[in-house]
Amino acid sequence: MSQAQTNKTRKTRSVFARLTSGIRRPAKIHDFHGGIHPPEMKHLSNGTPITAGPLPQQLILPLNMHIGAPAKPLVAPGDKVLKGQMIAEPIGAVSAAIHAPTSGTVSAIGPRPIQHPSGMDAVCIVIDTDGEDQWIEHQGTIDYTEKSPAELVDLIRHAGIAGMGGAGFPTSIKVNLGDHQRVEQLIINAVECEPYITADDRLMRERAEQIITGIHILQYLLNPRRTLIGIEDNKPEAISAIKRACKGCDIEVRVVPTKYPSGGEKQLIQLLTGKEVASGQLPAQVGVVCQNVGTAYAIKRAVCDGEPLISRVTTLTGDGVSQPGNYEVLLGTPVRDLLAHGNLAGLDIGRLVMGGPMMGFTLHNPGVPVVKTTNCIIAASPEELPEPPPEQPCIRCGSCAEVCPANLLPQQLYWHAKNDDLEKAQHHNLMDCIECGACAYVCPSHIPLVQYYRYAKAEVRQQAADQVKADKARQRFEARQARIEQEQAEKEARRQARLEANRKKKEAGPTAASTVDVAALKQASLDASKAYKAAVKAAKAAEAEGADNLAELKAEADRLKAVADKAKAAVRDAKDGAPVAAAPAEDTVAKLKKQVGDASSAYKAAVKVAKAAEAEGADNVAELKAEADQLKAAADALKAELREAKTNAPASAAPVTQADPVAELKKQVGDASSAYKAAVKTAKQADEDGADNAADLRAEADRLKAVADQLKADLRDAKANAPASPAPVAPTASTAAAAEQPDPVAALKKQVGDASLAYKAAVKAAKQADEDGAGNAADLHSEAGRLKAIADQLKVELRDAKAAAPPTPKAAPATTATTDSPAVPEEQAPQSLAEVDPEQAAKRQKRLKGLKTAYNMAHKQYKEAHAAYERAERNETASADELQAMQGKIDKLKAKADNARDALDALVEEAKADIRAHTGKDLKTLKLEAARAESALADKQQELEQQRSSASEDTLEALSSELQALESETQIARKALKQAVEEQGLAE
Amino acid sequence: MSLITSTSPHATVKNNTGAFMRQVIYATLPGLAVLTWQFGWGSVINVLWAVIVALVSEALFLKARGRNIAFYLKDYSAVVTAVLLGLALPPTAPWWLTLIGVSFAIIVAKQLYGGLGMNPFNPAMVGYVLLLISFPVAMTQWLAPGEPLSFVQSWQLFTGQLPVDGLSGATPLDTFRTVQSSATDTANALANQGILHGQFAGLGWEWVNLAFLLGGLYLISRKIITWHIPVGFLAGLGLPALLAWLIDPVRFADPLFQLFSGGAMLGAFFIATDPVSAATSRTGRLIYALLIGVLIWVIRSFGGYPDAVAFSVLLLNLSAPFIDYYTQPRTYGHKSSNRGVS
Ligand code: SF4
Ligand code: SF4
Repeated sequence: MSQAQTNKTRKTRSVFARLTSGIRRPAKIHDFHGGIHPPEMKHLSNGTPITAGPLPQQLILPLNMHIGAPAKPLVAPGDKVLKGQMIAEPIGAVSAAIHAPTSGTVSAIGPRPIQHPSGMDAVCIVIDTDGEDQWIEHQGTIDYTEKSPAELVDLIRHAGIAGMGGAGFPTSIKVNLGDHQRVEQLIINAVECEPYITADDRLMRERAEQIITGIHILQYLLNPRRTLIGIEDNKPEAISAIKRACKGCDIEVRVVPTKYPSGGEKQLIQLLTGKEVASGQLPAQVGVVCQNVGTAYAIKRAVCDGEPLISRVTTLTGDGVSQPGNYEVLLGTPVRDLLAHGNLAGLDIGRLVMGGPMMGFTLHNPGVPVVKTTNCIIAASPEELPEPPPEQPCIRCGSCAEVCPANLLPQQLYWHAKNDDLEKAQHHNLMDCIECGACAYVCPSHIPLVQYYRYAKAEVRQQAADQVKADKARQRFEARQARIEQEQAEKEARRQARLEANRKKKEAGPTAASTVDVAALKQASLDASKAYKAAVKAAKAAEAEGADNLAELKAEADRLKAVADKAKAAVRDAKDGAPVAAAPAEDTVAKLKKQVGDASSAYKAAVKVAKAAEAEGADNVAELKAEADQLKAAADALKAELREAKTNAPASAAPVTQADPVAELKKQVGDASSAYKAAVKTAKQADEDGADNAADLRAEADRLKAVADQLKADLRDAKANAPASPAPVAPTASTAAAAEQPDPVAALKKQVGDASLAYKAAVKAAKQADEDGAGNAADLHSEAGRLKAIADQLKVELRDAKAAAPPTPKAAPATTATTDSPAVPEEQAPQSLAEVDPEQAAKRQKRLKGLKTAYNMAHKQYKEAHAAYERAERNETASADELQAMQGKIDKLKAKADNARDALDALVEEAKADIRAHTGKDLKTLKLEAARAESALADKQQELEQQRSSASEDTLEALSSELQALESETQIARKALKQAVEEQGLAE
Repeated sequence: MSLITSTSPHATVKNNTGAFMRQVIYATLPGLAVLTWQFGWGSVINVLWAVIVALVSEALFLKARGRNIAFYLKDYSAVVTAVLLGLALPPTAPWWLTLIGVSFAIIVAKQLYGGLGMNPFNPAMVGYVLLLISFPVAMTQWLAPGEPLSFVQSWQLFTGQLPVDGLSGATPLDTFRTVQSSATDTANALANQGILHGQFAGLGWEWVNLAFLLGGLYLISRKIITWHIPVGFLAGLGLPALLAWLIDPVRFADPLFQLFSGGAMLGAFFIATDPVSAATSRTGRLIYALLIGVLIWVIRSFGGYPDAVAFSVLLLNLSAPFIDYYTQPRTYGHKSSNRGVS
């Protein structure tokens, strides 16, 4: 380096640095724990100057000589290349370029054995050299301070410079810290603590000036407060050469005592600064940047001379070569050629080590090339580096812990690693082991400790990687699923909305609801809510993992929810419209049924999955359960809807069916009891098999029995009523009565269908149980639930039918209208409403109240008396006579309560009949009408909202007028309902 | 070129476990010499016989386990166990006593646990305690110091031809116990004063302990052991002794007497330092040894046995894993050391 340059450099150093450099007290050298003093063996190779290495026939250049992403080839086989020509460019942030070390022809790009400890192959660019060693045109920078740091960083990156000390970390990254990171100390690592290696030693002795220039460039890039060079005290010539070279500048030479591994980055930082780099952090985080001397030299060559990194000084040593020494070797030179160059001593080479004896690795193949990190090749006879003696048991002597520079307990690490107890090994800070080999070096039992640690570390990393991979995959999958469902649901909803709009426009009224629409809409709604759920789940999973796209996922979930809600509203709307429409409502019911079936089987599947997950101890059980619950809720909602639809259906489909309710009920009872029997059989079988769902099965059987009993009771009631109800009708044979009569019959007809459905389900469950033996408890469980729901519904309907049947004849004469078809006389309604006698209504209201109280009182008394009786019986406190008396009293009370209830019922029915008489509709219809009108309104509003941005003026206008119409309709319906209810004193 | 592939490091110390163990054996020689000088050939015979028993038991067991006999015998661990037990036994011990103790130590306390490195207890001390409990009389019959028996006499004792009763005498620790428990009986105390006053500790035993101390220092100088265990041991024994003695010099023996009587030095440098059964970190070892020392002092001063090295060591062997958990060193780059199991 020229004097001018040095001066220039000096001028650029900060005034502060120059001021402080003079007044610094003598540097303290700290110490680190442990360390060893293996035989140095440096004398073998440090006596002779660096000479040029061989120019082999072929150079093999691996694409990943550095840490990070492999470089990307810029040449193809057959290309001619010149010395210094870039043949592979860096890809990504952590990468380095590769240049042709000499001129020649690219003969191949493909896998070759490389410098990897596992002896694996990797992609290399193979150059057949032409012997001319012809440089590409290149130019250095005379004054690097004219370039910006960013330019220099780029230059370094494209010169392919990577840490030459051993790891091979791309230098461009280490010198490009950004402004926020203040570099306290720039440490130049010239320790070279490993035995045998003398490459840096010779480099410093011979090229100190150039190294110092390289350091100045580093200073220029990093602007450190101090720059320290650490050299071991076993290299006195190198120390004096460097001291001479940096005389007068602010670089401090620090001599550290010889001890392995003081050249370890963390150890050197501790030695020179007393700082410790926190576990898992980088030196930069404590304000330190470390660079190897060889790297500094390479930087100088690249910046000042324009020569990319194409060669390096490598120590060739060991008793296997007769001319050990240091050679300036072209990168890519096969070790075989280097050995030949160093004159194989003719000895049997036992081990070929790349790197030092402590941390280097053995080569299985001498064809492996020298790379950027190859500081040493040891060709050792078996005598010099004998085969490791057999491993003996660890005697816990603690020698290893004494020498560990990381202050670990290697014996404990070994113990845990050997037992594959990775958790405990990590607890003993396995990951802080720097693999220096000091522990294994001193171990009297010759345990290859480092090997165990490498293995354990690899396992730990593998596990972590697997975890990350699995999580990522799951997230991706779920997100994709949610997206697909969302897209489908949205599409469907859009289609439905379009259809709906068209339909409404066309028909200008809700009179003709299409059942197909209801089904389709329902499907759309289901899809939408499914998509929503998936999205919620994905969001939850993401939250658990702290993923950063959480907000996004949540927003998506919200959007989906909106879609689902919309779809649901549409369905509700359509459904409400359906019963009143002339189209066959039963179709709707069937569709709904199917949907209920779908929903409940989805629920079942979910329950099953949740159970399986629980059994496996999977940790998403809670999630799955929540999902199952959601599904259940959905299924329940659907069931409720179904029930509603079914109760509506009879009203509209009334005239279709004509059947004997008693016969139907009989059949129903028969079905139910055979379902019960089948269930009992299944339960018994399960009991015998010791299946664990036996309890479930038995419970189901009990439930079925209850259903059957209920049905039987109903049958009895129906039988009792049957003669009574046709009797008053038959003589008059009024058309009105005939028109009204089919209502309960139709309902019962429906119930028959339900009962047989229940029966079939029970049989199916039984069969399934037979086949599977066990594990389908969940299925049976929900099936039973369904049966129960149906039974409940049956009860409700039947009671309605029963209640409606007797008062009809009474009501019939009361009404003067003969054309009493349920869906007709709309225009009559307001009229008749006006005619209601307010006095009568008030009276009835009062009577209703009184009767209610009477019934409540009587019922309570009866209950109390009954309890007292039972108590007395149980405790045997009363005599037989007393008991008898009590029994009598109870009976009386019961009769009283029953009477009150009957009176009450009669009154309510009377009121209902009145409403019907006045409005031409029963209460339920009124209620329904109001609800439908309201939801139609809501839907229209939504539609309008949606269309506002996209639709044309005309559409909007049409929509708003429609909206207005609907609004008034709703109001009328609401008012009618309210009036009817209030007038008849049925507010509750 | 057939190349060895191996993992780093590619060089190791020439040293090996066998060499380690041999150093320990060499270091016991001064102690053995002084024992012989003070009590005659009994100890030498004991040690040799113990070594034979140990090697044979180990070989038999290795054979039964299908192991390479020569390879494992060469680690010398069995010999060390035998030598230490042989030294700890009274020089009057008959052959069968040693046979039982050593074979039990090797087979039960070591091999049944999985061999070298796996035994949680110090095998020599397990053997010793077994004998002490089973044959308390034979185990406490020491000879009067300074009156060594001839080789023939020792041999006859060993073979059982010579009854031990006429020859045996109390050790200083025994005597101190007697004196201590009958502190008012001045006549008795005076009669026994002699044995309590050697040059600087109990008669004769001060030299035995000094010799083991020398051997121990040699081990430290050769880096076979670190100073932590001996120092902890001696401090744990010496400090309470000093304190108690300052408070009540009549009832409690002075610290020098404690440190140079019985098995103190043998225990501190050779027995407590058995790495396999000791705590493993440096702090751990210090604590471990300190507790052994304290325990010895407590048992010597208040317990039912005159000496207590074996009991104390075994007790702390039991606690070693626990101590290890709580004394992990602070790893480089960590703010504090890890505690607990995980
Ligand atoms: S140096 Fe070897 S034998 Fe000693 S404790 Fe460490 S691993 Fe065990
Ligand atoms: S290889 Fe790991 S455990 Fe062994 S001495 Fe080095 S840092 Fe410590």
